[in-house]
Amino acid sequence: MERITPLLWLLFSAGGTVAAFLFPIHLFLTGLAFPMGWLEPPRYEFLHRLAAFPVTRLYLLVLVSMPLFHWAHRFRYTLYDGLQLKHLTTLIAVLCYGAAVLGTLGAAWLLWSMA
Amino acid sequence: MNAGPHYTLYHPRWYRRRVSVWWWLQKGSYTSFVLRELTSVFVAYFALVVLWQLRALGQGPDAYAAFLARLKTPPFLVLDAIAFLFVLFHAITWLNLTPKAMVVRLRGTRVPDWAILGANYAAWLVCSVAVAFLLLRG
Repeated sequence: MERITPLLWLLFSAGGTVAAFLFPIHLFLTGLAFPMGWLEPPRYEFLHRLAAFPVTRLYLLVLVSMPLFHWAHRFRYTLYDGLQLKHLTTLIAVLCYGAAVLGTLGAAWLLWSMA
Repeated sequence: MNAGPHYTLYHPRWYRRRVSVWWWLQKGSYTSFVLRELTSVFVAYFALVVLWQLRALGQGPDAYAAFLARLKTPPFLVLDAIAFLFVLFHAITWLNLTPKAMVVRLRGTRVPDWAILGANYAAWLVCSVAVAFLLLRG
């Protein structure tokens, strides 16, 4: 665990930056502006064509994966400090980073298999 | 934590104050610290929404329409509104820390904090406008 801590910090910080720069606008549009009808959502064909570009797929993979690692790292310490669960270190770490790895694999698979 | 206290002759018991699980509600700065830490939960939530959207997109127009319809239901609207506030809080607190995290030197002098902050906020604006521009064209 100690040996990969610098890598985990790097992922935390990369994910935090991706989430800071891109999540507010994406969440505002997808979660509020489009469903509330304030703005016209993009049509299916447009999004589907957009997602066919390799650069879009790479963007989407980064958009999902990096913030998940950011969550894993930060939430791990939230559980330790907030709920005083220091004695469950290994279990919490495995669950958090494991979920981020699963989410990354899921995104990669969905993007890879998208027709 | 050890299984039990170790008693020694002149040091009969360690003094350790019990701290409530709600310690972070006692002071504003503690509360904002914990709220900032909790932003990660909403960051993960939205990453999952994007995953769900990708799955619907791959399944076809009907699945995608069903996805859009689900996001219009009140539970998702409320959750997304809360998540948006938390994600915004994450972005602001994250960007405000950048002058401390990245110390840039130009010709031997340190670039002032306001310049690094300004550059980051400008980059945030550019990213947001670019994403909105692309998605609103469709």
